[in-house]
Amino acid sequence: MIRVDEEFLGSLDGPFDAAACMSCGVCTALCPMEIGSLPRELFRHAILGLAERIRQQEDTIFSCLLCRSCEASCPAEVPITENVRILRRHLVKHQLGLGE
Amino acid sequence: MPLQKKAVLGILSDNLRRRGSVLPLSRRLHTRWARGLGIPLGGETVIYTGQMYQLIPAISKMARRMASLEDSWLTRVMGAGRVVNKVLNISWFLSRARRRERAVYDSMLRDIALLLRASGVEFGYLYGDDMYTGALVHDQGVDSALAAHARRVVAALQAHGVKRLITVDPHTTHMLRSVYPQLIEGFEIEVRSYLEILDERGLVPREMHDGPVVVHDSCVYARYESVVDSPRRLLTSIGAAVVEPELSGVWTHCCGGPIESLFPRRAHEIAARRVEQLAESLSTAHVEAAGRGEQGERSQRGTVAVMCPICLVNLTGAAEASAGRYRDISRLLADSVIGDRARWLARRERGQKALPAAQADVEADPGVLPSAP
Ligand code: SF4
Ligand code: SF4
Repeated sequence: MIRVDEEFLGSLDGPFDAAACMSCGVCTALCPMEIGSLPRELFRHAILGLAERIRQQEDTIFSCLLCRSCEASCPAEVPITENVRILRRHLVKHQLGLGE
Repeated sequence: MPLQKKAVLGILSDNLRRRGSVLPLSRRLHTRWARGLGIPLGGETVIYTGQMYQLIPAISKMARRMASLEDSWLTRVMGAGRVVNKVLNISWFLSRARRRERAVYDSMLRDIALLLRASGVEFGYLYGDDMYTGALVHDQGVDSALAAHARRVVAALQAHGVKRLITVDPHTTHMLRSVYPQLIEGFEIEVRSYLEILDERGLVPREMHDGPVVVHDSCVYARYESVVDSPRRLLTSIGAAVVEPELSGVWTHCCGGPIESLFPRRAHEIAARRVEQLAESLSTAHVEAAGRGEQGERSQRGTVAVMCPICLVNLTGAAEASAGRYRDISRLLADSVIGDRARWLARRERGQKALPAAQADVEADPGVLPSAP
């Protein structure tokens, strides 16, 4: 069963901004890590409040190089790397317990 | 089994909190590069290393050890390692680097300092107060450790009355220029990379560089801080034939460094892919140089110019036999502008002594760093 956490987006530490993503796939095509789900699926999960899905993708979120290859070409100017940092902050705090 | 994120990030952030750096270096180790250069303590304009070049030998040693742990049973006891590290700095044992490697990275900082002097920029150095800025924990999202550390860094800058910072690597430049102003209210210190300053001042080469230079841009310089043209103009000004790899400038390809601490094997694969692209450009440059009938060994073989110590250690690690063709850009510029470092320093010292008192005062004025465009 998929649980929706309506508070999830608001609980993130920073202005998570992916609403403009049109799922065009440019980011995926240019990603040196070939991260297929980042940002398209993952960001959608965050917007929908699928917190569990985000937690399951811990390795994907931490394997992003923050290199901005994707961002440099994103037609919707989604702040991809800033969003990844925000998701990392969430995992560091709530999953890895390093927030103190 | 992959490395335990909680343990690795925990050790790095505990170190930053307790010891002031992700991998603490003694004051002697992180200031040794400046020995004998007579750089004054403090001043309004200072060179700020953020300890990045000095940390590279330790980081690379630690990464090699971590890579050997990946998939080993030891990853399961890494959590215990973090507990011990809180009391005893085990990361120090894991990251003890060879003296020779440390000397190489120190020499790059010396070259940067000499190049700034050769361009007429006078600056101080904070010695023990030149602290790591926290780039790694910022990237990993451990912001609780970062905020307190950034306040310590800024307090030290304010205590020294610093108004302008000359940074030497992309990560420190980005942290101080773009991240700190968001973290610390009222942070208004001007931050510029030495490449931007040298570009504005201009270099006077003593000996022109012979041969093609393939440029590897750092993602952070190119896509976060828009430092793209300065390194190219500087290389051209010393006579280098600049060669652009297939992915360059704002389209540069990452060196893999940012994931080295958590996914060393993947980081190595990314570096190897970049090395392949650069090797292709080197071989094209080689064919072109041969076609023009250029004879010298350097003209034929070409060099890769790198402007970030993290890129340098990752790319050379993946380049294997051709690692010797990768050079920090400061080395290429200093070979041309400074030449024999010891003789240049001795000449300069003699020149300073011979200057009339009034002129010497002008040259020693620390306020000559040009303002931002
Ligand atoms: S390039 Fe931008 S708009 Fe296209 S899928 Fe990626 S994030 Fe969405
Ligand atoms: S920033 Fe992350 S998602 Fe974007 S291209 Fe680089 S590795 Fe891929």
